[in-house]
Amino acid sequence: MTLFERSSKELQEGLHNGEIKIADLTNEAFARIEKLDDDVQAFLALNKEKAMEQSLELDKVPFEQRGPLFGLPIGVKDNIVTEGLETTCASKILEGFMPIYDATVVKKLREAGMVTVGKLNMDEFAMGSSNENSAYKTTKNPWNLEHVPGGSSGASAASVAAGEVPFSLGSDTGGSIRQPAAYCGVVGMKPTYGRVSRYGLVAFASSLDQIGPITRNVYDNALLLEAIAGVDPNDSTSANVPVPNYVSKLDGDIKGLRIAVPKEYLGEGVNEEVRNSVLAALDVLKGLGATVEEVSLPHSKYALAAYYILSSSEASSNLSRFDGIRYGFRAEGVKNLMELYKETRSQGFGDEVKRRIMLGTYSLSAGTYDAYYRKAQQVRTLIKEDYDKVFENYDVIVGPTAPTPAFKVGQNINDPLTMYANDILTIPINLAGVPAISIPCGFENGLPLGLQIIGKHFDEETIYRTAFAYEQATEFHQQTPQIWEGK
Amino acid sequence: MAKISKEEVKHVAHLARLAITDEEAEKFANQLEKITDFAQTLSELDTTNVKPTSHVLPIVNVMREDVAQKGLDRDVMMLNVKEQVDGQVKVPPILED
Amino acid sequence: MNFETVIGLEVHVELKTESKIFSPAPNHFGAEPNTNTTVIDLGYPGVLPVLNKNVVDYAMRAALALNMKINQETKFDRKNYFYPDNPKAYQISQFDKPIGYDGWIEIEIEGTDGQPGYTKKIGITRLHMEEDAGKLTHGDGYSLVDFNRQGTPLVEIVSEPDIRTPAEAYAYLEKLKSIIQYTGVSDVRMEEGSLRCDANISIRPYGQEEFGTKTELKNLNSFNFVRKGLEYEEKRQAEVLMSGGEIKQETRRFDEKTGKTILMRVKEGTDDYRYFPEPDLVDLKIDDEWLERVRQSIPELPDARKKRYVEELGLNDYDASVLVVNKEISDFFDEMVVSGADAKLSANWLMGDVSAYLNSEQIEISQTALTPENLASMVKLIADGTISSKIAKKVFTELVKNGGDAAKIVKEKGLVQISDPAVLLNLVTEVLDANPQSIEDFKNGKDRAIGFLVGQIMKASKGQANPPMVNKILLEEINKR
Repeated sequence: MTLFERSSKELQEGLHNGEIKIADLTNEAFARIEKLDDDVQAFLALNKEKAMEQSLELDKVPFEQRGPLFGLPIGVKDNIVTEGLETTCASKILEGFMPIYDATVVKKLREAGMVTVGKLNMDEFAMGSSNENSAYKTTKNPWNLEHVPGGSSGASAASVAAGEVPFSLGSDTGGSIRQPAAYCGVVGMKPTYGRVSRYGLVAFASSLDQIGPITRNVYDNALLLEAIAGVDPNDSTSANVPVPNYVSKLDGDIKGLRIAVPKEYLGEGVNEEVRNSVLAALDVLKGLGATVEEVSLPHSKYALAAYYILSSSEASSNLSRFDGIRYGFRAEGVKNLMELYKETRSQGFGDEVKRRIMLGTYSLSAGTYDAYYRKAQQVRTLIKEDYDKVFENYDVIVGPTAPTPAFKVGQNINDPLTMYANDILTIPINLAGVPAISIPCGFENGLPLGLQIIGKHFDEETIYRTAFAYEQATEFHQQTPQIWEGK
Repeated sequence: MAKISKEEVKHVAHLARLAITDEEAEKFANQLEKITDFAQTLSELDTTNVKPTSHVLPIVNVMREDVAQKGLDRDVMMLNVKEQVDGQVKVPPILED
Repeated sequence: MNFETVIGLEVHVELKTESKIFSPAPNHFGAEPNTNTTVIDLGYPGVLPVLNKNVVDYAMRAALALNMKINQETKFDRKNYFYPDNPKAYQISQFDKPIGYDGWIEIEIEGTDGQPGYTKKIGITRLHMEEDAGKLTHGDGYSLVDFNRQGTPLVEIVSEPDIRTPAEAYAYLEKLKSIIQYTGVSDVRMEEGSLRCDANISIRPYGQEEFGTKTELKNLNSFNFVRKGLEYEEKRQAEVLMSGGEIKQETRRFDEKTGKTILMRVKEGTDDYRYFPEPDLVDLKIDDEWLERVRQSIPELPDARKKRYVEELGLNDYDASVLVVNKEISDFFDEMVVSGADAKLSANWLMGDVSAYLNSEQIEISQTALTPENLASMVKLIADGTISSKIAKKVFTELVKNGGDAAKIVKEKGLVQISDPAVLLNLVTEVLDANPQSIEDFKNGKDRAIGFLVGQIMKASKGQANPPMVNKILLEEINKR
């Protein structure tokens, strides 16, 4: 039994009727972490002292001044900077790095009265699909500790799935929220590019990165997105589009909703169980009054290549600032500046990060720019147009989140291309900049499967309405891993 | 297809300021070759009149007013700096390459 | 063999905004090291740039003043290179869509003995916006970085390879500086680094179409050094070629002590900066209204002002050219004329005593106690004969140091010119009476004697006698004797 079985609504009821205090919730988070994290390995840094202090203060705030997330604990992915709380991006190169400012989303969490309990493991600089690329630890899938939680926000998903925290923030560049949400059986939303400020998110690929919420149910997810979304004067690429009150629209009614199912999303490489669970989910949605039709996104097969060129190119530039001079790791015993650069970066970055820096540097080089970088940007245009076209006639696009359930730790580690292929269903969404959610839609051998619902630019509302209706009609989200009760 | 030599890999590593051994150069050459071969699949697409997309949203002209705020206190500014002298950040000697 | 010299100049100008180009840190010269920075300037993980609107306005104003076309759809790009003063290891700059392109300015080259003067249009290829880097100082076995300058808004102005002599390069820089100063977007002070210049130079045999291999000159700390560095370099290159050598593409430093250029590094191939569009900033779309608004904000530029001085105020070509070079002086002049001072006389004073004083003190006119009003009132006193030009020098010394009202100074110090014929006659008579020998000398044809007598009269009047009147009365009286 844990308090975190409850939804945010139930927790607020408990706070209001005096059954529990905010400090109890914070204590519960640290107790759960204490109990489970030796197995799950989700947290890199804990904010124990400050979180407890903050909780005692929050407990004094009158109820009428509290919002729906007030006093609830949250874990934050370690590529989101937190003032005075070590932030490493799971990289050795940022070992001991102490941010001197808060990310905009972290400020917004505080304004909502949420309590940040700690920083969550990830693939180094968000590059990876399994959390095996962390320089510090390998987070495990709470449903089966021999399997990966997915990545790169693996620990953000795993910590929520394990009931260590009811909320977490992840970031998604090519599927990094949705794929681990699918692998861990939780709800993960990648908002429209520009919906949530990136200020304070350590950039991987600036034109693709987006912060998003991971929760145990759709309602809580919508609440958290509403709290962190909105235009930010510190982020020129954040959009000045009003943020709706998402939860007020969650009524379970999706009659007349027009659903498109791209044939490319159920084709080759997608495992049988995954396909069946998606087809079953479509039947559920049809039963709720939606129409379902097959469509085509013809440029999907080019998305993966375009994505690796664009994301690696931007990353090679974004990660150049880690040079050992102003912060982070600095190599010892160097004779001159060139050695400082090369030794710091070679010792500080892991293999996958180096591989992508190399690929990106190569793609941007004088002789290759047009054939790689520019070409990939043109392909991005074609992919975006595929989505625009479908959305002329449909409200949402539905498909699987990942082609398989979570794979075993170590299974793909030496094969970058197979590892990359894991993101084939999530990557095009980042290239098109549209929002998408992953929600639980089944199990295979005790491992969760995810349903992906994709919407129009800035139409997270319809995604949430669809996801909520589906969730109400099914029970997958109510299941918890065995570890939940402690072994 | 796209043959990437060890020398090319070393040049790229130098541009990226990564120290790289011969062995690593070999390994990277193989891996990069596989990835770039894969990336070459894009070349089968005719993109003659396709505009490249840098930004997926049609946002333009985001600017701030020209108002100055006080800079960081130097103590804060130096918080993560490993070596400093007289309020300046110290770096090893710069030898022209 | 005779060679033709081809010169191209790259000028960086710091814009005089309140805050930096991508961060709200103060944009001020001369602060304590590392006190004008924010996390954005330091390239902290997670930070994002936000463009300062004034930078775009200023850059556009400068571009329009240089007769450039404006790219109404423009953007920023990243230029990637590692250096300790470049915290993100990329500089946010503009690559293929500079805000300004295809402009020109006209330069005037004065004639020298045997060579007639001429005017010439120098093309300007592009003007783009970018951020400045921090500042490095080199110690023994280490270097130190001050990030205050990081993020200072810059425009880089690149000329066409139209410049053929070091003198043209000098004139181009003078003119460019003058125009930018007029637009008000920069202090253009080379000594503070708000204007910096790199020069490319190559030579080729006359008649040859393709350019020779160029060298790049850096560390040019004044326009004079630019000229001297180029003069040295064109000679050096000619000597290398004449002796059968080959010019290497290299960067050379001008050494102020020896007047020579010294090899810094040889360039191998081209630098690979891996430019790509800056994903953290959105595109700029400059509509006609915005463009027009900026165009309207451009004040009268030096060429227009010069024309006005000649056509409306009757100054000669040379005086007008000299006056307009420095905007502060030219503005000062305009205000004097508005205050009712005679234009020609005002111009003479500004180009003469005022400019000599500023040069000897190494200061700007704004740092003196002079105001257009008080200098104008002095000039008026000269014009109406209240004081002589000689007395005016005394008044000027007082005005430039302590300020005040010229008429009051003249009155208090009793400097009013004596123009009363009766008083002057007395003085003349006294002096003549006391110097019979001089009268004799004059009658014997020694004209110099008049000078001596005038001197004596002026001395007797404590310098206040009206010189033309003294001359007239003296001649009349001496002839009577």
